Amino acid sequence: MNAPDYHDVQGLVRFGYGKLTEATYWLLRVRDRPAAARWLLKVPVNNAAKSDDAPETAVQVALTLGGLKALGTDPGITAGFSNEFLEGMAGSPNRSQRLGDVGVNDPSLWQWGYGPTMPDLLVLVFARPGKMGGWLQTLQDADWQEGFAVVKVLETSNLFGAEPFGFKDGVSQPDVAWEDAPATGRDALAYRNRSALGEYVLGYSNEYGKFTDRPLTPGKAGEQRDLGRNGSYLVFRQLEQDVQGFWRYLGGQTGAVPAAARELAAKLVGRKTDGTPLVGGGGASQNAFGYESDPIGAKCPVGAHVRRANPRNADLVARPAWWSRLWSTLGLRAGTYNDDVMASVRFHRLLRRGREYGPPLTPEQALAATSADQAERGIHFICLNANLSRQFEFVQGSWIMNGQFDGLPGETDPLLGNRGRAQACPFSQFFTVRRGAGEPGRIRGLPQFVTMRGGAYFFLPGIATLRYLAGGPDCDPCLDAEGRSARLAP
Amino acid sequence: MTPQSGLIVVAPIRTGQTKSLRALLLSMNRRPGEADPANELVPFGDFLPLHFARLVILEDKTAQDLAAFSVPAQPYPDYLAFSVDFDGEASAFRAQLVVRARSGLRRIFSHCAGFDESTDLDRWMSEHLQPIATLYVNWIGRTVASIRENAALYEFLLAEMAGPPSHPPPGSSRTVAENLRLRVAAAVRSGRLTLTPEAPTPLGWRLANITHLVGIPLLLLVLTPFLIVIAPFFLIALRHREKIDPEIAPRVTSEEAAPLARIEDGQLTNQFSAIGHLKPGALRRWTLVFVLFLVGYTTRHLYKRGRLARVSTIKFARWVFLDDRRRLFFASNYDGSLDSYMDDFINKVAFGLNGVFSNGAGYPNTRWLVLDGAKDEQKFKYFIRRHELPTEVWYDANPNISAINLRRNELIRAGIENGLNTDAAAQAWLDLL
Repeated sequence: MNAPDYHDVQGLVRFGYGKLTEATYWLLRVRDRPAAARWLLKVPVNNAAKSDDAPETAVQVALTLGGLKALGTDPGITAGFSNEFLEGMAGSPNRSQRLGDVGVNDPSLWQWGYGPTMPDLLVLVFARPGKMGGWLQTLQDADWQEGFAVVKVLETSNLFGAEPFGFKDGVSQPDVAWEDAPATGRDALAYRNRSALGEYVLGYSNEYGKFTDRPLTPGKAGEQRDLGRNGSYLVFRQLEQDVQGFWRYLGGQTGAVPAAARELAAKLVGRKTDGTPLVGGGGASQNAFGYESDPIGAKCPVGAHVRRANPRNADLVARPAWWSRLWSTLGLRAGTYNDDVMASVRFHRLLRRGREYGPPLTPEQALAATSADQAERGIHFICLNANLSRQFEFVQGSWIMNGQFDGLPGETDPLLGNRGRAQACPFSQFFTVRRGAGEPGRIRGLPQFVTMRGGAYFFLPGIATLRYLAGGPDCDPCLDAEGRSARLAP
Repeated sequence: MTPQSGLIVVAPIRTGQTKSLRALLLSMNRRPGEADPANELVPFGDFLPLHFARLVILEDKTAQDLAAFSVPAQPYPDYLAFSVDFDGEASAFRAQLVVRARSGLRRIFSHCAGFDESTDLDRWMSEHLQPIATLYVNWIGRTVASIRENAALYEFLLAEMAGPPSHPPPGSSRTVAENLRLRVAAAVRSGRLTLTPEAPTPLGWRLANITHLVGIPLLLLVLTPFLIVIAPFFLIALRHREKIDPEIAPRVTSEEAAPLARIEDGQLTNQFSAIGHLKPGALRRWTLVFVLFLVGYTTRHLYKRGRLARVSTIKFARWVFLDDRRRLFFASNYDGSLDSYMDDFINKVAFGLNGVFSNGAGYPNTRWLVLDGAKDEQKFKYFIRRHELPTEVWYDANPNISAINLRRNELIRAGIENGLNTDAAAQAWLDLL
């Protein structure tokens, strides 16, 4: 096991900076390369090493392909990044189709991230309450002013752990095995929340026991240096949420009884607003449960948001006897028609680091409102992963936006789903609630509640790599700013 | 039960004609990656038993790979492959093709060597039929007609169950189910729905199938002493080769993959076509022949009900040897994105993939034929992508329904036809809806 280099990994990978409740995301273009490089060489990027108490402020930096180019990165190095990153989130019609970025979510309608609004850099600035002003002043010095043009500033708001619809957010996160890699190479017979570091950080072993491809470059002595090491791909999607529309629609479905609206909302989400899951439920942990006891979705609908985003299944249905396991492996075990349809979850996990934006609006306010609320609110969805294609794009395309997820008749995610002609889904406006008694209930004409407003794929480099990219070829990629940490490719 | 069949015609393209043939083939599409069912050349939509069709130019960009084995690259011409999956007998379908798409097929095949104005189309096609080493059919006996009837039945039931989630209808599961059954029966009587009874299984097919089912194990039994004797030599030779065979799986760039990506993901079901060289030498050639023979036996008798081992997203697939078993063509029709398809393979049937494709030049290294290999996820994905061909023309008769949902619809229909006599059975049926 190669030990993680906490001083080189950007802190966001390990921490959510929850105590730093103020956050502003800056989307920048490089205007003047030398000034931008000077700024990037000195910006005090927070690392992932633990300290006794959370910092007062933090700053993190990620780049798009445009950013790499603007810094003059050698094309031989940029070519080593993954195809998804190089092509971009809005890079091809078939990617847009898979991600559900069609119709009203079409990239050409985005506020940023497409064509001229594509940023080079993302600077994430965090501060404790009241500290943001001063911190921004410090960061935005003469080099910043000279070096960057602002594409967009994305403000965030603190909704105290809830997302704008009113549900507790971020309950389910993978438990990253920083120090002890889980056993790989064999089938995992039970769902586990523990997940290999290499699923999120390049340069470490992933769930296959392999190193995800990353840019390598010859060092000064000709040896292979790993520019990806300690870096991660950062997915940013600005998702506007129609909170009032959501609760009003549910109110309309339930005779405007708030308790009934909440109950139906919990079915759509798969959790109650306080985070309690509909299956397994109670107890201290809201994240230790599975859906084995609820195969048809009588408790938690199969199409519910959290069940799509994480179906919580293992590689193989656990069988104690080896011959029975063999029988399962060969697909000869008698089961129901949709056994084994769902992909194994451990290869499709995401580390979420997003924050909300816009003014709060409680379900009760939304239900009681008599006039339309014009405020924009939503979530700046941010997730980290090592393999965009196998992780983010799979979760989004094969689960969230899949109109026939687990044998459903034609419905996309009840929260995030595109209700237009999403992939393979001529009628994506259903939501099916099986009850285990009588016929299933079904919502028809479910409106779209979430609209994509902008997004991009970024690379969140290790700190030494960030300095190297800023400093250009004269900088040795094996050394970080303090001159330690030789980073040979494993 | 009407069994399914497959045909594939493979013929070399005249030198210099690949480009004009490609332009002609692309004119059959209404969207990138989606054939026009009513196109003038081969109006696929007119052929009722047809599940899938594809026309693909086999232009092998990996021919140089053999150099890594110190074997000179064989200068194969580009081929045209025309492949169809359909219900019923091959000869009957071919006859139908020749009658209804005569002029279009002639225009297409006129780009092939040895085809001119005087060529007899039917004879030429039969002369260029390539044997299918292994054919996989998701569900033997599932016809296009039944797929459509069942889809209409499900649509009907969806419309009948208009109730919102908050108001369950009263009554026991049996009453609710029986009520729906009666409404279906009424719709059948009024002609709104058609539920054609299953056709009898052709006697000849049944006899051949039983003979195959019993005969192959008997043959293997007879061969067992011989197999036992050669097994150690085979394993030693195989293991030796596995240690020295080169891997050729560089990452495929976005530019290289663009023609493939352009035609993907427009529908739920996707197509995949690939070509590659076998590793040189008799060992790999006969290993692959034997493995595909075994796989063919299992797909015919074991994996004929919705699952290829644990993979339930493949609708039709085929492996076809070319050039005296020196190259292999693989084509499949599967649900979901290519990446999810490959993840499925890697996580569920890596052993089977390895058994077949590790005999291909450049495949990620295996141990004992079935271990490792595809478990090197990214290398495997690059290998696959690198060998993939942009399918010029692809037709899917039922594009927007997954294999799983085809099965669901059949179970729904079975409930209608067979009755639901207990509350538990009725509820299980209702939960399908």
